[in-house]
Amino acid sequence: MAEDQAATSGNGDVTMRLWRGDDTGGEFFDYQMPAQEGEVVLDVIHRVQATQAPDLACRWNCKAGKCGSCSAEINGRPALMCMTRMDTLPPGEPVTVAPMRAFPILRDLVTDVSYNYEVAKRIPPFSPREKTADEVEAGGYRMQQIDVERSQEFRKCIECYLCQDVCHVIRDHEENKTAYAGPRFFARSAELEMHPLDVNDRRELLQVEQGLGKCNITKCCTEVCPEHIKITDNAIIPLKERVVDASYDPVAWLGRKIRNRTKKTPAEASATAPATGPAAVQPGDAVRGIPAPSRNGAAVAEPVSVSAADPVSVSDPVSVSDHGAAQEGPAATPGGDPPAE
Amino acid sequence: MTEYETHDFDVIIVGAGGAGLRAAIEARARGLRTALVCKSLLGKAHTVMAEGGVAAALGNVYDEDNWKVHFRDTMRGGKMLNNWRMAQLHAQESPDRVRELEDWGALFDRTRDGLILQRDFGGHRFARLAHIGDRTGLELIRTLQQKAVADGIEVFMEVKVLRLLHDADGTVSGLVGYRRPSGEFVVFTARAVVMATGGVGKSWMYTSNSWESTGDGHAMSLWAGADLIDMEAVQFHPTGMVWPLSVRGILVTEGVRGDGGVLRNSDGNRFMFDYIPPMFAAETADSEDEADKWYDDHAAGRRPPELLPRDEVARSINSEVKAGRGSPHGGVFLDIASRRTAEDIRRRLPSMYHQFKELAGVDITAEAMEVGPTCHYIMGGVRVDADSAATTVAGLFAAGEVAGGMHGANRLGGNSLSDLLVFGRRAGIGAAEFAAGRSGAPHVDEGQIADVVGAAVAPFDIDGGENPYDIHHELQATMQSLVGIIRTGSELDEALVKLDQLEERAKKVGVTGGRRYNPGWNLTTDLPAMLTVSRCTALGAINRKESRGGHTRDDFPKPDPEMGRVNFVERIPGDGQGQTGVGGTPSIGCITVTPEPIPVMPDDLKELLEEAH
Repeated sequence: MAEDQAATSGNGDVTMRLWRGDDTGGEFFDYQMPAQEGEVVLDVIHRVQATQAPDLACRWNCKAGKCGSCSAEINGRPALMCMTRMDTLPPGEPVTVAPMRAFPILRDLVTDVSYNYEVAKRIPPFSPREKTADEVEAGGYRMQQIDVERSQEFRKCIECYLCQDVCHVIRDHEENKTAYAGPRFFARSAELEMHPLDVNDRRELLQVEQGLGKCNITKCCTEVCPEHIKITDNAIIPLKERVVDASYDPVAWLGRKIRNRTKKTPAEASATAPATGPAAVQPGDAVRGIPAPSRNGAAVAEPVSVSAADPVSVSDPVSVSDHGAAQEGPAATPGGDPPAE
Repeated sequence: MTEYETHDFDVIIVGAGGAGLRAAIEARARGLRTALVCKSLLGKAHTVMAEGGVAAALGNVYDEDNWKVHFRDTMRGGKMLNNWRMAQLHAQESPDRVRELEDWGALFDRTRDGLILQRDFGGHRFARLAHIGDRTGLELIRTLQQKAVADGIEVFMEVKVLRLLHDADGTVSGLVGYRRPSGEFVVFTARAVVMATGGVGKSWMYTSNSWESTGDGHAMSLWAGADLIDMEAVQFHPTGMVWPLSVRGILVTEGVRGDGGVLRNSDGNRFMFDYIPPMFAAETADSEDEADKWYDDHAAGRRPPELLPRDEVARSINSEVKAGRGSPHGGVFLDIASRRTAEDIRRRLPSMYHQFKELAGVDITAEAMEVGPTCHYIMGGVRVDADSAATTVAGLFAAGEVAGGMHGANRLGGNSLSDLLVFGRRAGIGAAEFAAGRSGAPHVDEGQIADVVGAAVAPFDIDGGENPYDIHHELQATMQSLVGIIRTGSELDEALVKLDQLEERAKKVGVTGGRRYNPGWNLTTDLPAMLTVSRCTALGAINRKESRGGHTRDDFPKPDPEMGRVNFVERIPGDGQGQTGVGGTPSIGCITVTPEPIPVMPDDLKELLEEAH
């Protein structure tokens, strides 16, 4: 196809270095494209499809940063292709686009994200308190803006799963997926826990089945969130505190008993969890059960001029925890920032 | 013959946007075996793009608001071409549908006394749009998605549906499609099918719609024998970004204008005051002073002209650009930066602010945006019974954007989210009742399946065929230039010729690679529907020799009362036995168009329209 094209980038051309392959392996291919003003990475990918590689697989929908479909690793950094402006990437250098590493490859830049949909099914759903007489009269619940805002932050989530992709607990440890929900779903649980109306209690579930304790607060998830949700500070840490309170603090336990809280017990909460549906529910059934291919391995042994000396290591796309540590106040300008300032 | 997997359900819903999810929830609640089939991942449907809000006369901000006023606004906005019964049900039921979302976990912004806050929007007399900042669509789809998951509804994601299947008597019995990740074919049998596939915008070059909006449901329904109505009624959102490229087509929510944003031409003039039509003169401010008082107190002045219905604003922008007073990239300027503080803008329009800052490096708190009309929504669609959402084909239902009639010739902002809740639910009920009452197992015809599958894979055998992307691009260019916001008879005739040529070329399309997640192949299977709906829009536009709502004819610039009494109905006569088009579908040349009288409104509703408010 295009493997013989040189990775040079002059005269207004841009080199797109795209990972192509499937669950059996693959490699990077270079595509030379004329540069155009004002484009994002996804615009250029579309031009590659239209002119050079009509079967190049790439998942996308809105091209406006609202649906969270076009997640990938751009120059080694997890990002939305539609939200990454070409003019923020280093000029004159190839633009490397690889699929998310934490999920099994379907084809080219598209991964099987069904793990996330399976986790979503296991979270006990929203369960509101009864309406008061006044609320029945008024025709709806009464909540104050300040009280809904905490959960609203998490409901901004567009489910791009970049936070899941970057989370070390599952990125490098496929085996953890069976007992770990990941940042997206910690945020979902936090949203429900902080919802002014919800009465379910998910704390035991979070600790036992969703592996909240495995998160070691490196803030990588917050760093890559395109919606700038402070996942670590506002969701995970408060959840950890609540779980710890529930497990170990006898005073808090007693307090809850005395105050006779309306939250359900963990057992009750679990009982209201939806039945896990049959297998038909997920995309990519055909490749289910195939372990995530290692893009560090033989499959990429001969990438097109991506050497080990490459400053942006493609085989280890993210080291954002260092980046995060260096940048105190992680949500100041996270996620959307280009890798090179 | 290519192999396929099979599934059987009582009710299948095609499309998992707001309407599809709401229909599925309702059918499931009635105890039926219900499945959703969608072209993308769950939760990615175009509903997420809706920003401004969901229109419902809750009366939380203005006591005076009620369904009657909402009905009146909707009918007037639709230039009276609406199916009055749909407009009535919509206005009456949308408040309950919104409150119900809250019972399912949605968190709307609040009023001071803790109720759902409502905001002003174009064409709505009172602040009526329940909202969550400017990401209302996301909240709506996430709420419905989570409810559907909690209810155990089965979802078949990334499945492209190719064709409806039917019994010997024409009753819909299922559908055939393929899984995009694997390319494997899949057949569903069903006692009832709900089309909730959304819009058609991907046939235009400048569009807010995602790749999915290829008119699949419109076309499949038509091929199955259903009627489409008023396909010429396409809404061009007045304020889509025209520059930079990375954000071209992205809409700037009407909320920007509701919150004080104004439109200016290259001379810096607030030109909308020059375009106030007589129908709205009584309720529209005629000076900047008066308009500016209105934002804080609706009693202090009449509405600013920037908040006229969408078609009026879009046409006005078009006129300014044509008169040479446009912005450098062919739009006009939308200015909120000089009107509100930066802090205010960031608070009231947070995702708008972030979107432009990040995607385009444009700071809307500091500079004006370059905006222009962008293909956004189709009011026309599958003809349905208002109460049950039943189409003219037994066993087939339709809701949301794919259904026609609700919005007449022009849709008001905020009315689409309420539409899909109200009629998604009704379609779920309609389909559930039909499925429960259907006797005998639905029968699918092996021969019909084999034909569809065979036609779908045929492009793999064509060496050096036409590039599907080229055909798509030419289709977009054709529709944009010849069937765009301003239309004229000679150009529409030219469009028909071009569409015929594109159909011939699309028959020779070739595909490389395999069936697994192959966008080139996927596009070839979208082309038949895109060509079909494009032909329908062009045909309707030729026949509607007047200007009404979203449909503007340069050669017939005024509304014609006679035309206002008819729907243009499109169908394929003779069970689609005519000429074959692309991918084994009926040729677009088989589509006929007939004017048929719109339903007559009862007198008590007519009186509501006359009442002076």
